[in-house]
Amino acid sequence: MGFLRRMIPDYWAEEGSSAKGLFRYRRLWKYSVSLTALVSLAPLIIMTVVNYYLDQKVLRVEMIHPISQHTSNTKRSLEFFIEERLSALNLIIHDKSFEDLADQKRLISIFGNMKNSFGGFVDLGLIDAKGYQRSYVGPYELKGKDYKDQSWFHEVSLRGLYVSNVFMGYRNFPHFVIAVKNEKSGEGFYVLRATIDAETPIQKIISPLDLRPSTDVFVINREGVLQTSSRFHGKILEKSSVPVPPFSSRPEVLEGHTREGQSYLLGYAYIERTPFILMIVAQRAALMKNWLSVRRDLIWFLVGSVVLILLVIFWGSIYMVSRVREADLKRDALLHNVEYTNKMASIGRLATGVAHEINNPLAIINEKAGLVKDLALRTEDFPQKEKIIKNIDSLLANVDRCSTITHRLLGFAKRMDVSLETINLELIIREVLGFLEKEASYRNISVHFHIPEGFPSIQSDRGQLQQVFLNIINNAFAAMKEGGRIDISMREERDEDAVAVTIKDNGHGISKEDLPRIFEPFFTTKKEGGVGLGLSITYGIVEKLGGRISVESTVGQATEFTVILPAKKTRF
Amino acid sequence: MAPLRVLLIDDEEELVVTLAERMMLRGIEVEGVTSGADAIGRVQLVKFDVVVLDMKMPGIGGLEVMKRIRREQPGIKFILMTGRGSLEEGEEGMQEGAFAYLLKPINIEDLMKKMMEAIGV
Repeated sequence: MGFLRRMIPDYWAEEGSSAKGLFRYRRLWKYSVSLTALVSLAPLIIMTVVNYYLDQKVLRVEMIHPISQHTSNTKRSLEFFIEERLSALNLIIHDKSFEDLADQKRLISIFGNMKNSFGGFVDLGLIDAKGYQRSYVGPYELKGKDYKDQSWFHEVSLRGLYVSNVFMGYRNFPHFVIAVKNEKSGEGFYVLRATIDAETPIQKIISPLDLRPSTDVFVINREGVLQTSSRFHGKILEKSSVPVPPFSSRPEVLEGHTREGQSYLLGYAYIERTPFILMIVAQRAALMKNWLSVRRDLIWFLVGSVVLILLVIFWGSIYMVSRVREADLKRDALLHNVEYTNKMASIGRLATGVAHEINNPLAIINEKAGLVKDLALRTEDFPQKEKIIKNIDSLLANVDRCSTITHRLLGFAKRMDVSLETINLELIIREVLGFLEKEASYRNISVHFHIPEGFPSIQSDRGQLQQVFLNIINNAFAAMKEGGRIDISMREERDEDAVAVTIKDNGHGISKEDLPRIFEPFFTTKKEGGVGLGLSITYGIVEKLGGRISVESTVGQATEFTVILPAKKTRF
Repeated sequence: MAPLRVLLIDDEEELVVTLAERMMLRGIEVEGVTSGADAIGRVQLVKFDVVVLDMKMPGIGGLEVMKRIRREQPGIKFILMTGRGSLEEGEEGMQEGAFAYLLKPINIEDLMKKMMEAIGV
C-alpha cells in the first residue's frame, strides 16, 4: 500500500475548499501522464509490432525456401528413378522381339543384365495382348497368370505405360509395378511388366542424411495412402494423417495443421506419370524454436521497459505537478502578502494623514482650553468658577484621549517600516490588547500575564511583532465564548538565546485534522468566511524574524500558540 | 532673577498666540513667530535663553532653523515639539543637540519643567 500511495500524488485526495484548483492539478497530472506515455510508449509498441510481423515474414520465407528446394530436388530424383526404369523396360520391349521375350531362358538373361544395371527390380514378365503371362522371371509363381480383367492391364493397353500404387504382395514387402506396351503392327500388342522394390531405393532417395529430426519425408498416392513409411504420419499403406494436397504440376509449399492441431509446413510435388505424391512435412514449432525463445526474451524486455517507463512517467509527473502546485501556492501566498502589505501601507498613509491633520487643531484646542483654565484660575472667585474649571479639565482629558488615538494610528502606520529596535514584549502585547479593549470588556474576556522577573527585552521589529500578536490574539478572541480567559506567559529559552511567548485561550480548540494545516494559506475554519491568511502571514513573519511558531490544541478545551523569538539581532 | 526669555516658533498662529499667553501668565518673557525665517531674523536682534520649536513647518524645517539659530547664539537651548507619532524626529533633534522633545499636544507643565531644566534651575 505504501508503494501505491507513493504513486498517487498528495493533491489527488484533497477535496473541499479549493476543489476547482485541485481539479486543475489533477487534470494537469492526467495530461502529463497520458501525453508522456503516448509519445514514449506508442513508438515503442508500434516498432515492436511492426518488427514482429516483419520478422515473421522473413522467417516464413526462410523456412519455406529450404523446404521448397528440398521438395524440388527430391521430386527430380524420384522422377528420374522411375523414368530410368521405365526407359529400361521400353528399350528392352522395343529391342527384343516377342519371341525373344517369351523365351524363358532369354528373359532370365535379360533380367540378370537389368538387375546388374539398375537397382530395385524384383521380377520381370511378358504378358500378351490377351492378358496372359507368357514368361516370367522372379520369386513368384506367376507364369500363366491371366491379367485380362485387371485394371492395370487395361490402363497399359490404353496409355502404353503404367505405374502402380505400392502394395505388399505375396511376400509381404512393399513394392510397385511398372509396365510398358509394344504395339506390333496388325498383330495386337504385348506388355513387359516389372516389379520394383518400393522401400529401400525410394527411401534412400527421399531421406537424405542431414534431414532434421522433426522433418518427415514420405510418399503418398492420390488417395492419401502412404507409399513409404513415415516418421510421424503413419505406417506404410495406412492413410496419411496429412491430407492430400491439391494438384499442381510444380513443387509447392503449404501451411497446415494436423488433426492433432500441430502446425506444419508441407512441401509437396506430384510425380509425373505415377500415382505418387512426394510429401515433406516440417513441424513449424521445431523450426521456430530458436526464434520463439528470442521472441519470449524480447517480450519480457518490452514488458519490463513499459513498466519502467510508466513508473518514471508517473513519478516524473507527480514530481513536476507537485512543483508546479508548490510554485502556484507560493505565488498566491506572495501575491496575497503583497496585496495585504499594500493595503496596510495605504491604511498607514491614510492614518498618518488623518492623525497629522487632527493633531494640529487638537494642539490648538489643548492650548486654548489650557489658557481658559489658566485665566480662570488666576481670576477672583466668580459664579460657576469651579464648574467651569471642572469642565475644562474634562475637555483637556478628552484632548488627551484623542491624542492617544492619533499616536496609536501613527504607531500603526509605522509598522510598514522594517527596522530592529529594542522591544519590550509585554508592552507590545499590551498595545495590541489596547485595540481589543472594547471587545474584551463587552464580552467579559480576561487576559492574564505571567512574566518572570527580569524578563529581557529583545531586538526585533515592532510593527511585525504587533501584527503577529494581533493575529494570534484575534483568533483567540474569535474562538472563545463570553467570559473566556487568555493566559499570556513568557519564558527565556537560554539554550538557544531566545524567548518564548505562549498565548493560551480556553476556546473551542482546533481538530486534529485541521491542526497541521492552519498555517497554510487560504485555510480557514471560520464559518463566516475568513480569508485564511492571518496565520499564514503570522507564520511568515515569525520565520522572517528568525523565530518559529507552534500550536497545540485540545478540542473544546484550549488552544496554545507558542512563538519563539531570537533575543539578539538576527540578520535578515 | 531676570525673567526667562523664550522664542516660540510654530506655523500655527493660534497656537503660538495662545501658548505664548499661557507662558507669559507663568512669568516668562515670550516672543512668538510663525516661520523659521522670522525666527532667524529675531535671534539676530534679540538674545534668548530657550527656543521652543515645532519640528514640522513649511519653508525652512525645524532642524535647519535649529542649526541657523545656533550659529547666531551658540549657547541657546532648544526644546522641540513634534506632531509625529513616531519619536524619530525628536530623537533626530536630540542628536543635533536639542535639550528635550515633547509630543504635541504638549502639556504646559511639562514644558515649564523642561525649560527650567534647560537653564539649570
